[in-house]
Parts: sequence; structure tokens; C-alpha cells
Amino acid sequence: MAKTQIHTPMTHTGSITSYIIGFVLSVALTLGAYYLVVNHVLDGTKLLATIVGLAIAQLIVQLIFFLHMNKEAKPRWNLMVFSFMVLVVFIVVIGSIWVMYNLDYNMMPKEELEQHMIHESEKGF
Amino acid sequence: MLGRLTLDALPHDPIVLGGVISMLGGGLAAVIGLTYFKKWKWLWKEWLTSLDPKKIGVMYLVVAILMLIRGGVDALMMRTQQATSVDGSQGFLSADHFQQVFSAHGTMMIFFVAMGLIFAVMNLLIPLMIGARDVAFPFLNSVSFWLFVSGMMLMNISLMIGEFSAAGWLAYPPLSGLEYSPGVGVDYWIWALQLSGIGSLLSGVNFFVTILKMRAPGMTLMKMPIFVWSCLGSLILIMFAFPILTATLGMLSLDRLIGTHFFTSDLGGNPMMYVNLIWAWGHPEVYILILPVFGIFSEVVATFSRKQLFGYTSMVWAIGAITLLSFTVWLHHFFTMGGGANVNAFFGIMTMIISVPTGVKVFNWLFTMYRGKVRFATPMLWFMGFIATFVIGGVTGVLMSVPAIDFQVHNSLFLVAHFHNMIIGGVVFGIFAGITYWWPKFTGFKLNEKLGASAFWCWLIGFILAFLPLYALGLMGATRRLNHYDSTTGWQPLFIVAAIGVLFIAFGLMLQVIQVAYSIWKRKEYAVDSNDPWSSGRTLEWATTSPPQEYNFASTPQITTRDAFWEMKETGKSVFGKAEDIYIPKNSATGVLIGITAIGLGFGIVWHIWWLVIVTGITILALLIQRLSTDDTERLLPAKEVAAIEKAHGGITA
Repeated sequence: MAKTQIHTPMTHTGSITSYIIGFVLSVALTLGAYYLVVNHVLDGTKLLATIVGLAIAQLIVQLIFFLHMNKEAKPRWNLMVFSFMVLVVFIVVIGSIWVMYNLDYNMMPKEELEQHMIHESEKGF
Repeated sequence: MLGRLTLDALPHDPIVLGGVISMLGGGLAAVIGLTYFKKWKWLWKEWLTSLDPKKIGVMYLVVAILMLIRGGVDALMMRTQQATSVDGSQGFLSADHFQQVFSAHGTMMIFFVAMGLIFAVMNLLIPLMIGARDVAFPFLNSVSFWLFVSGMMLMNISLMIGEFSAAGWLAYPPLSGLEYSPGVGVDYWIWALQLSGIGSLLSGVNFFVTILKMRAPGMTLMKMPIFVWSCLGSLILIMFAFPILTATLGMLSLDRLIGTHFFTSDLGGNPMMYVNLIWAWGHPEVYILILPVFGIFSEVVATFSRKQLFGYTSMVWAIGAITLLSFTVWLHHFFTMGGGANVNAFFGIMTMIISVPTGVKVFNWLFTMYRGKVRFATPMLWFMGFIATFVIGGVTGVLMSVPAIDFQVHNSLFLVAHFHNMIIGGVVFGIFAGITYWWPKFTGFKLNEKLGASAFWCWLIGFILAFLPLYALGLMGATRRLNHYDSTTGWQPLFIVAAIGVLFIAFGLMLQVIQVAYSIWKRKEYAVDSNDPWSSGRTLEWATTSPPQEYNFASTPQITTRDAFWEMKETGKSVFGKAEDIYIPKNSATGVLIGITAIGLGFGIVWHIWWLVIVTGITILALLIQRLSTDDTERLLPAKEVAAIEKAHGGITA
């Protein structure tokens, strides 16, 4: 008897080649970040910017090769959910940075605050 | 071999021992009963291994109600302690035990009662309301449920072996860190939440896909029942908020297990970040619980007013607005932590804004009743009680959204009264309305109205007595989580009133148990004579048999309007066709086995029994691989048989 499924699986799967490419790329991006940190190739803001860049590249690789975001038929539910995700991540990340910066600034220990004030006043108005 | 586990972990305290004995006694009674009546096979085949969302829904309901009773006992203990522990008297609970009790009460009520109740109604109703036969991923649904159960079990095991967290229901570090909570309590808390949280996340995805992909043909998004819309909002929040919880708890457990410093106060860690992250999940969580309840009330009000819901479109927009805005208010839980005026003002204003769509809903419900033929059956009583208590809770909530006022009442009993107003007056009343409303659909008989109404009045009076004094106490300076105070504060009379209120609520809960038992006993007398027992049902679930067959509908309905069943009755034009061949998912024991193994996994991590962690981890993987490589997961029910079943049960077929 031929089996028909009532729960039609939503198939937009990739080929084995695309999975392997995705896997190699994501491993390379991960090891790359690790290498940069462990061997002190870059430091400070440059390191931070590069690592964030690598993380975003990783994200895109996974979206394309594993989640197949680029191969969707209409209605584009994946795209809609993805956009909402971007918005929520934006709110939570930017919000957290803002909140934590504020807390840090307002809750500075007294000695640190004095240092900070001196530093600020040296900069002048 | 056994990690940190020694004989010392067994209970010594007589009160804990009493709890353990009553729980084990209850379990033993159940085992004896099942064996005596030879019901084990029935339980296993008809319930535990079932992939039918209606049965999974009922199981969620049973677990949640049992846990409601346990959490209620915790509440009773706390209020008794607070009513008696004044001056020289220390009450009957030690300080540490008291802390465990309030931590357990909060955790239990949110994660295993409220979440369980929400998933119960979602399982029972979403597929029926959208004219679907099942959820999108029936097996995943069973896994979700059993992970929820394993989290619940792990939390109850903590009562018998070891201790529970004494760090409050959200376990803020540094208190929940290794330095101040070296025991297993916080670990129990973390892993009970991790297991059930993964279950919730999987359910969120499952039902989200169900709503988007499995609606009956013709049912566009704007023709969905409002309950389904409200669940959709809640599910979106589950999908986006629960990963934050999982990650945050993951970092906390790394701090405790391998000595990282995410949330420690030294070496670069930042405990405030934990508070920030946990509320980035915590605030959406509040709306995860309340949105489906808004949906329940919308259906109840429309049915019992015999009128179309007022302002469907504005309701949908209100749900959408709440869904998005609930991600922008989390800081109002910690205004006092030391953010600057700009930050506090922003989140204060966002909090005021989010109350607007909720206000819109209240007016929509009231206008639905306006000029309707309102019938005050028990569900409607719960609705009226909800409107009163929920509006009080809303007003005090907006009051606290003003940072300057929040500084005054932060962590006081005023806040405790506020959120119980929302969660008891909102979520719990709503679920009770829903249970009474849909009971005849899933059982074929109605619940006794008199007992239902009496239970409602006990709950309402008990609620008022238990929580309105807390507002006054909060303004008088009583902080939450107090196990002892001085009589010169003048708080004791109010605490005694609150304790009496809890007794009223307990009595109401008892009446509900009696109501269910009595109605089951008299089920022949209370049997419904049609599939539409309130005779004013509007949505598709009232079209099918009571109780619905495992395939829900003999044929897939063709939808053209909102409130499809109401239209069908008005126009006399059926949306159903001939009975169809139906594929039904076969039972699967894998979900149950994964749940049981997950208890071992959690237990192993809590007690540092690493071989157990490895064995159970591999077992879970093996079970999953075994299931995923099985093709034989469905059986066919031919159209002929379907037609025969429908005929025997008075179903609708052309």
C-alpha cells in the first residue's frame, strides 16, 4: 500500500553538497574566531569588530545552508518570522546594552566615580 | 558513584516529611487503585502513549490541577506563618524552610500550573477551532508534554531528596550563585525549568505551525476565531522569549558547575545582567499566560451574550500590539536597580502604552455584552469576576509603571497583590471559565451549575480577602517574603484577614473538586442533548460530536465566514461534506520514555552523578533516532468506518 501522509512535511531541504559546504564554512568561521583570540592576532576594538563580523557571517551561513531561508515559496512565513526575530534581537541586545551601560554609570563605586569625573573634566566642555 | 548524594539528603524536618508522606501516599493509592481495577493497560494505551492532542490536553490539565493544589498548600503555609509569626512567636516554619516554600510556590504556580493550563486549552481547542484533525507534529507534542512532566517530577523530587531553591522564583544571583547557595536547591530549580522550558519551546513551534499551516480551506487569518488569534500571539512570544530563558539558565548553571563568571559579582561577572536577561524573558512570559485567556473570555462573552464579538479587528490589532510591546517593557521589574532617569522614563512610558490595548479589550468585551441576551451561566460569572479583579490589577499596574511610585512600593506586598490580581483574577479565572464552558464538549455532560457558582463566590470572596489587604500592607511598608515581623508595625490583623482569604480560596477549590466528582456521578442526568450544548456556540468545535472523535471532523470543513458554525446554523448551509479516509497517528511510547529518561538526566546533573548524565543523554538520543527512522507511524481509518462512527454518535456529515 502506498503511504500517503496527512502531515505533509514542508520540504525545502538542501543537497548533501550544500550541507557539507555549510558545515565546513561554519567550522572555519568558528575556528577563525578562536584563532584570532588565542594567538592575539588582533586586539581591542579591532578584535571585537572582527569577531562580531565573523559571528554575523556564521549566522548568514547557517540561515542559508541549514535553514534554507533563500528557497522559500509564498507565503513567506520563514521570512516574516525571521524579520520579527531580527527586530526582537535588536530590541533585546540594544536595550540590554543601553540598560547595562546606564546601570554601570549610575552604580559606579565612589573611587571610580571620582576618577571618572576627573577624566571627564580634563576633556573640558 | 552517587556524586553529592548521601543519606543526609533524605528529609528530616517533620513538616517536609509530612508532605513527602502525603505525596507518596497519594501515589501509592493511585498505583493500588490502578492495579485493583486492572487499569494499567488502559492508562498506557488510551492516555500515556496517545498522540491525540485532546488527550494530551486533558493530561496537561490533570497535572496542572494537581500542582495547583500543591502550590496552594504552599500558599496556605506561608500565610499561616505570617499570621502567627509575630514578636516572640517564630511561627511553625524555619527561615530557610520558609524561603524554600515561597520559591517553590512561585515556580510551581507559573511553570507547572499556569503554563500547564495554557497548554491544556491550546491542545484541546486549537485544532478543533481551525477545523484541523491534529497538530502539525503530533509526536513532538507528546515529547513536549513529557518534558513538562519530567520538569514537574524533578521539582517534586526535590521535596523528598535534598532541598529546593531558597532564592525566590527567579533566583537572582549572587544569592543563587555557588557562594551563597552551595546546595542542590538552585540546581533543582534550574533543571526543572530547563526541561519544562524546552518542552514549552517545542510546543510553541508546534502550535505556531499548526495555526499557520493547518487551517481549514477558506479560513483566512482574519476569519480565525479570536481565541486562535490570542494563542498565536502567545505562541510567538513563547518562540522568542523561551530561548532567552534557556540561555540565561544555561549561563547560571555554567557558573555553578564549571566556575565561569557570567553572573558572579567578581572577576568580570555581572549579576545585574542576569536580572536584565531573566526579565527579558519574564515579561513576555506574563503575556504568554494572559493572551490565551483573553481569547477564552472573548469566546465566552460572545457565546453567552448571543452576539458577535464586538470589534474583532481591533481585538486582533490589540493582540498584535501586545505581542510586540511586551518585548519593550522588561526593565519595569527593576526600576530600583539604578538605571538613570532616561532609561526608567522610557520603560515607564512603554509600560503605560502596553496597558492601552488591554484596555481596548476590556471595552470590547463590555460592548459585546451591551444589548446582548446575556445569560449568567458559571463561565459568565468567572468573566464578571475577572473584569472586576483584572481592572483593579491593571490600575495598580499602571500606577507602578511610574518609576517614582515604583521606588516606594518595589518588593513590597503591594506588588505581590498586583501580580496575583493579574494571574489569579486573570489567568486562573479565565481557565476556570474555559473549563466550565468547554467541559460538555469534551465529556458529553455539563458540570453542576450550583456547585460551580458556589465555588466561584468562594474564590472571589477569598481572593478579595486574601489580596486587597496586601495592597494596604504594602503601602504600610510590609515587604514580600517576610517570615517574621514586629507587632508594633500593626500588620498582624491584615495578615490574619489574608490568611482567612486563602482558606476561602481553598474551600472554593475543594468545591470545584466536588463539582467535578458529583457531575461525573450524575453524568447521565447532565448529559447534553446536542453537539451545541450552550445552544449559542459560534466556532467550529461546537459542530462536531461531544466528545469529539479522535479525528475531530469526519470531513474537512470549507470555511467562508468568521464564526463558521454560527453562520451554518443561521443559513442552514453545512460547511461539511462526506466522510473521508483519515490517517491517524499511531500511539508512541517514545515520548513517555524520553520524559522518564529526562528526569534521570536532570537528577544526574543536580547531584553531579556524571555516569547517569551520560547514560540518559545517550538514551534520549537513541530513542529519538529510533523514532525518526520509523516510517510506520500512521494508520488508516476508511471513510466507511468514519461514516459509521459519526452516525452512531450523532455527528455531522452530508
